[in-house]
Amino acid sequence: MSNDRLSRRRILKLGAGAAAVAGLAGCGPIGKSDGVLDILGQAEKLTERVQRFILSSGQLAREFSESDISPYFLANGSTDPQEPGYRAHAAEGFASWRLEIGGLVERPTSYSLDELRAMPSRTQITRHDCVEGWSCIGKWKGVKLSHLLEQTGIAANARYVVFHCADALEQTMDGSGQYYESIAMVDAFHPQTILAYEMNDETLPIPYGAPVRLRLERQLGYKMAKYIMRIELVESFAQIGRGRGGFWEDRGYEWYAGI
Amino acid sequence: MTPLRHDARSATRRHSLTVRITHWVNVLCIIFLLPSGLQIFNAHPALYLGEISDFDNPVLAISAEPAPNADGLRGFVTLGDVSFTTTGLLGASKGPSDTLQQRAFPSWSTLPGDNNLAEGRRWHFFFAWLFVLNGAIYLIHGLASRHAFRNLAPTLTDLKRIGADIRDHLRLRFHPDNGKYGPLQKLAYFGIAFLVLPVIVVSGWAMSPGMNAAFPWMVDIFGGRQSARTMHFVAAFLLVLFIVVHLAMVVLTGPLRGLRAMVTGGQTKGAANVE
Repeated sequence: MSNDRLSRRRILKLGAGAAAVAGLAGCGPIGKSDGVLDILGQAEKLTERVQRFILSSGQLAREFSESDISPYFLANGSTDPQEPGYRAHAAEGFASWRLEIGGLVERPTSYSLDELRAMPSRTQITRHDCVEGWSCIGKWKGVKLSHLLEQTGIAANARYVVFHCADALEQTMDGSGQYYESIAMVDAFHPQTILAYEMNDETLPIPYGAPVRLRLERQLGYKMAKYIMRIELVESFAQIGRGRGGFWEDRGYEWYAGI
Repeated sequence: MTPLRHDARSATRRHSLTVRITHWVNVLCIIFLLPSGLQIFNAHPALYLGEISDFDNPVLAISAEPAPNADGLRGFVTLGDVSFTTTGLLGASKGPSDTLQQRAFPSWSTLPGDNNLAEGRRWHFFFAWLFVLNGAIYLIHGLASRHAFRNLAPTLTDLKRIGADIRDHLRLRFHPDNGKYGPLQKLAYFGIAFLVLPVIVVSGWAMSPGMNAAFPWMVDIFGGRQSARTMHFVAAFLLVLFIVVHLAMVVLTGPLRGLRAMVTGGQTKGAANVE
């Protein structure tokens, strides 16, 4: 029985892995600026506009109770980054890791993990929805992104918050396989948008994004960047990666992932 | 089968213009929504009940495992505790490459044909918008014109006659086309238009984290997000079942006449005013 379950779980994980790899392979040629796909992509703008409207009073994503927490939380994407810089940080428990916040801010700053932990925190038990279709519930503790941005100040022309991550999810010659994500300022200031350093009452484990990962509770999992090294405020993300605002966005996924 | 003869002046259209347009837009949408939906399903081919995914206990899972056959792969579907071998169709199938590959729904049934969740989502959400707007027009028209109540909603008399209607259908004896729907027809059309299709839409919305924050009741009525996802799939399956029966009935009862009525309105055929 338990063997059966294990194998089933392994099969599921294999399937998820295969889908991810296939996604990568299949999306290789998505740089093909296919007219049809561009037209279909217009629906995303409509979805974003409508969802922004119905969410304009800043509604919170549902928060659950301790008993709802998933006994097993699937870790997806990168789960153990091998980049030497990251390995070095991980080896010393991220003691000398610092989160840089720069770009269009008034006071570029960096914070150590201890400094982040000393700040006012928010704890939330929320459901994580993967673009693949599965959901898990986890408990996250972290510092509100709005709190950090209030510390650094934001320039008037800053429109997006970009998260540069330690992991390369795809090995490419030009570095475009590096994971990154971007979110709108309205989402950055949402009360549930936190940089989580704890998961289920423990130091955030590496498979889930240590030392800090983004929680963006009203959108899909791929928006919630893990292994964050640097935060950059920008007016446009056209010059970052392949210019679509994130690793998966560069591979054909929606930038607005509220659906 | 013989249409009743009526004075030409009293003859009205079998189907109103709104019904005809929304019907064919719906056909177009479903042609794209079903295979792109299977593509999305393939990204995680397991269904669960409740709020979250209990990965060890899916209600339905399509998977594959190594097998001592020529292709080295066995595709199977697990439904609760029961498992069926479905190699070649579900779990493991041959794509253009002609070798058996792990794949929940086969290449020929998905849009696009290769594994591409991103493109599948684009097709799905584009036509989902069209489907929803089209459905809204149909519903508003159906309620405002009372088409829904007059012609589609089964009456008490219909429900009493349902046994006889089932017997007639089993003997392939269909009631004459007098411009009115029989009990089974009413149940099928009413059920699809006012139950199955709305459930498909709302369960789809219930999977959206943005919609969840705005309208938490939407996910609650299904008993959780994963239940909503399962219902989305079940409702789509019912829709396919309906389409199969619907097409079979159109063929059995005079395909040209049925098709013409849904295109031109069929004004010379109908007796009663059935929109």
